[in-house]
Amino acid sequence: MRMIKLHRVGPGITVQDTGREGWLSQGLSRGGAADRLALAEGAALLHQPTELAALEIAGSFLSLEVSAPVRIALTGAPMRALCDGEALVWHSSHDLPAGARLDLSGSEGGYSYVHFGGGIDAAMTLGARSAHLAANLGRMLTKQDSLALGPDSGSRAGMTFTPLSRFNGGLLRLVETPQTKLFSPAQRTRFTQTTFRKDARANRMGQRLVCTGKGFGTDTGLSILSETIVPGDIQITGDGAPFVLLSECQTTGGYPRIGTVLPCDLPRLVQAPAHADLHFAFVSLEDAVTLERAEADRRDGLRSALRPLIRNPHDIPDLLAYQLVSGVTRGDELEGKEA
Amino acid sequence: MPTPDIADAPHWPVVHTIGVDGMLISFSDTLDEAANRAALAFREALEDAGLQGVLETSTSLASVYLRFDLRAADHKVMRSALDAMLRQNDWYETPLPSGRTLWRVPAVFGTDLAPQLDEAAAMAGLSPDQAIAALCAAPLRVQAIGFAPGQPYLGQLPPEWDLPRQTGLTPQVPEGALAVAIRQMVLFSVSTPTGWRHVGQTALPLFRPDQPEPFTLRPGDDVQFVAVTREEFENIRRNDALGGATSQAAN
Repeated sequence: MRMIKLHRVGPGITVQDTGREGWLSQGLSRGGAADRLALAEGAALLHQPTELAALEIAGSFLSLEVSAPVRIALTGAPMRALCDGEALVWHSSHDLPAGARLDLSGSEGGYSYVHFGGGIDAAMTLGARSAHLAANLGRMLTKQDSLALGPDSGSRAGMTFTPLSRFNGGLLRLVETPQTKLFSPAQRTRFTQTTFRKDARANRMGQRLVCTGKGFGTDTGLSILSETIVPGDIQITGDGAPFVLLSECQTTGGYPRIGTVLPCDLPRLVQAPAHADLHFAFVSLEDAVTLERAEADRRDGLRSALRPLIRNPHDIPDLLAYQLVSGVTRGDELEGKEA
Repeated sequence: MPTPDIADAPHWPVVHTIGVDGMLISFSDTLDEAANRAALAFREALEDAGLQGVLETSTSLASVYLRFDLRAADHKVMRSALDAMLRQNDWYETPLPSGRTLWRVPAVFGTDLAPQLDEAAAMAGLSPDQAIAALCAAPLRVQAIGFAPGQPYLGQLPPEWDLPRQTGLTPQVPEGALAVAIRQMVLFSVSTPTGWRHVGQTALPLFRPDQPEPFTLRPGDDVQFVAVTREEFENIRRNDALGGATSQAAN
């Protein structure tokens, strides 16, 4: 069986897939990759189903070794990637030979993903392989962990694409929640005019945001009967700071929510580095639906957006060797071919 | 909940959108038995109706959540289907879902295992013994499962138990902790910080992902606590994987 063995393992590294749907009524949120778009990108690069499990690296570092030839894809927040010391291009797929060592470092924050041809064959629990840390399902990976890979039905690597821009913060579009109007018009306006950044405290349940100036809130003493909450909801907790719920969020809550980030914009939030500015803008439900449908269609077409990875000759350290292989001629033969 | 304008005053039930692809059907903005029953019954009807595009439904205390596939359905169609279903029935008068279970669950109240019994009892104007008797007097309804996997909100306790949450959080209560606030009890499925007062301790596992039935309780079930001594509790905890809980069909 093809295995990967983990050597240097930073914090926050888990096995992730598209999560567990259908357990909300039992209190279990879907979980799954923090940036589900990155999963779709990795699946497209390797020509395999989006449901296969990958490694998620939360602003950390990782070194691993593969026991057999393996196709990989690198997506999400870019990292410095070395295969046996040779640089690999991010947002691309690559062939790793048996025994190769992959070193990943230099994350600026956000979530990076390593996908493997055939996916990670971790145990299925309740229909998924994802670690759901908040529910005590699975765990963070540690040094010396070994992971089995599933059978790889594909063979193509060396592909790349231009990812949806989402690694520098920017605008997050919101729809209203049942509680949005409990925030005064002045509060809502100020919310959309404020520049936020990510708080250092974050996990797969949610991301706290910070800003200069006053916090936000509804009338004091307001209590809301606990109801279903969804990833993207922005709770305003007691201290006035917005808290954006992510994939492992609790399933119900009673804090007022000022808005809900569109699912298609959530990757921009989770992938923003700590120094990036974030802004919010409300859009109509109609516009939000149009945007979501367009993004779903775009994701379906990711495979057709791939192109071969052309290596820049300046990045090839053994360029001379390449020329020798392709250029062993007697000169007259070369002239003959060109004629 | 304040109503800023009388025109905005809701006529229950009320349907809101949640996120881009969700709907919330709320039967009340306060916790009451009829609204909870309406939510449970309406969700069951929704599951049976099999509306096109529906991906998932769930209930919370007094509302039903529904998520649908934006490429298989749209808001207008979904909304009118929900409105039609809401008109079909007086949901507040419908009986509880079928197949409910009555659980009897041993719990130790007070002691160092559940250190806030005396404080909560005093707030309710009861002696610790009276408090234990009150909390075990009758089955409590699983009004919702939520927040964490398998975690029940149990109610409704008599009015004297309308205790506010603590202003500060207890840093950690263990799995199986039974805590009280706002006329409800929560039985914690994972170790967690909480603002609810920790009055009892059970050994009932609520979420066992490796079992064929990973979730012990379902919304609508009844749970009656049986007070045991600390010694009895330790014995149960050592020897019984279900924490001494027994179950039978509920009426």
